Amino acid sequence: MPEKNSMPSDNEAFEISRTEELAYELKISEVMSKKVKNISSSMKMKTALDIFQKERFSGAPVVENHQLIGILSIEDLIRYLRDDRPDSIVSDYMTSNPITVQQNGSVIEALKVFDKTHFGRLPVLDERGELAGILTKGDISAGLLNALQKDYQAEEIIRYRASHLFEDIISDRTSLILRYNIRKGDFTQGGNASNYIKRALLRMGASPQIARRCGIATYEAEMNLIIHTDNGGTLRVEIEPHKITVEAYDDGPGIEDVEQAIKPGFSTATHEVREKGFGAGMGLYNIKRCADEMELLSSKERGTNLFITMYLNKKST
Amino acid sequence: MKLSKIIDLINGELLSSIDPNKIEIGGAMGADLMSDVLTSVQPEAVLLTGLCNPQVLRTAQIADIRAIIFVRCKNPTPEMLEISKTENIPLIKTKFGLFTASGILFNAGLPNYELEADDDCPY
Repeated sequence: MPEKNSMPSDNEAFEISRTEELAYELKISEVMSKKVKNISSSMKMKTALDIFQKERFSGAPVVENHQLIGILSIEDLIRYLRDDRPDSIVSDYMTSNPITVQQNGSVIEALKVFDKTHFGRLPVLDERGELAGILTKGDISAGLLNALQKDYQAEEIIRYRASHLFEDIISDRTSLILRYNIRKGDFTQGGNASNYIKRALLRMGASPQIARRCGIATYEAEMNLIIHTDNGGTLRVEIEPHKITVEAYDDGPGIEDVEQAIKPGFSTATHEVREKGFGAGMGLYNIKRCADEMELLSSKERGTNLFITMYLNKKST
Repeated sequence: MKLSKIIDLINGELLSSIDPNKIEIGGAMGADLMSDVLTSVQPEAVLLTGLCNPQVLRTAQIADIRAIIFVRCKNPTPEMLEISKTENIPLIKTKFGLFTASGILFNAGLPNYELEADDDCPY
């Protein structure tokens, strides 16, 4: 984004990265430190000093009858040491009524409080108002990194498992069959099945070029089922290590002249369909271009069967 | 060309929560017919279109389109914004028409990413 002036533009305001998105999704309870050592208000300051020194604390919540009543920080201990009042107790030095956050809140809310108050830690309360944990900026960074890593790993694991499917299972001929029922006239879902198919192929380790070609061919076939059938139809994709076979079939009304239907520019689509950006008569022609083999069988009695085959070279499987 | 520069050039408004600085666009194609897009767009393109429905996004996902610009200020539906998010395809709108928006980007050096029609195509 070019620097124009100091006011952030709408575009800049929209520049929310995945990390920032996670800050909205992650709950405070997921990133806070739960095992919190707390101290009582009647504890001698000297004892508190010993605990801080031994446990290397930089702050601790002060709890009385399960209720948070204050927070004691290193700064408070420094004041105590400077005052030289050996008999004083925690309640003399603690910060009372500290600012808290709710454990169900999102991390972004906590970040706002940190930003506004400049505190180093925030006590976290549960639904009953009792102390549930402590949150530092370090907890948030660690939590965000963790979540980003999980995001990444989840997709990696899916990819790994899917791409090893054919190696892990031994048979004379292994194939994976995906079936999608396509409803007649269901434009809002149009393209969904093809999107799933493309993603499945990528996860199984197909090259982006093959996944794209297969996606385009199935998308056109899917739209044909939506636009031109009596009762919708089925998309069936069979994935084998060396080839992908797609079959799109329906039970009518059948294509009158198959030769003509394949010709680019020939269309029987209605005005409404064309308004949606389809029905230009390029579908079957486009499928043919993407496929290694295409066969179209149709009759008024049995409906239409479209077969598409794509061969995978050894590298791309 | 960075998507952020493209947005600037056409006075566009980014409608998705995706950082346009991190998206590199190879070239562009303009079309309202999704079949034309599927036939002829090269991967990593930005699509300029006057069509505003979920199929544009699904077409984009299938055809490896990197971003979509809706011309004449068409507003995508919440469903489309949702797909934009899950598929990581940013949506942009501009007041310009298809011709002007395309012309501005072409003049700024953004290459054409649309293959020409085949010779045997009797359109």
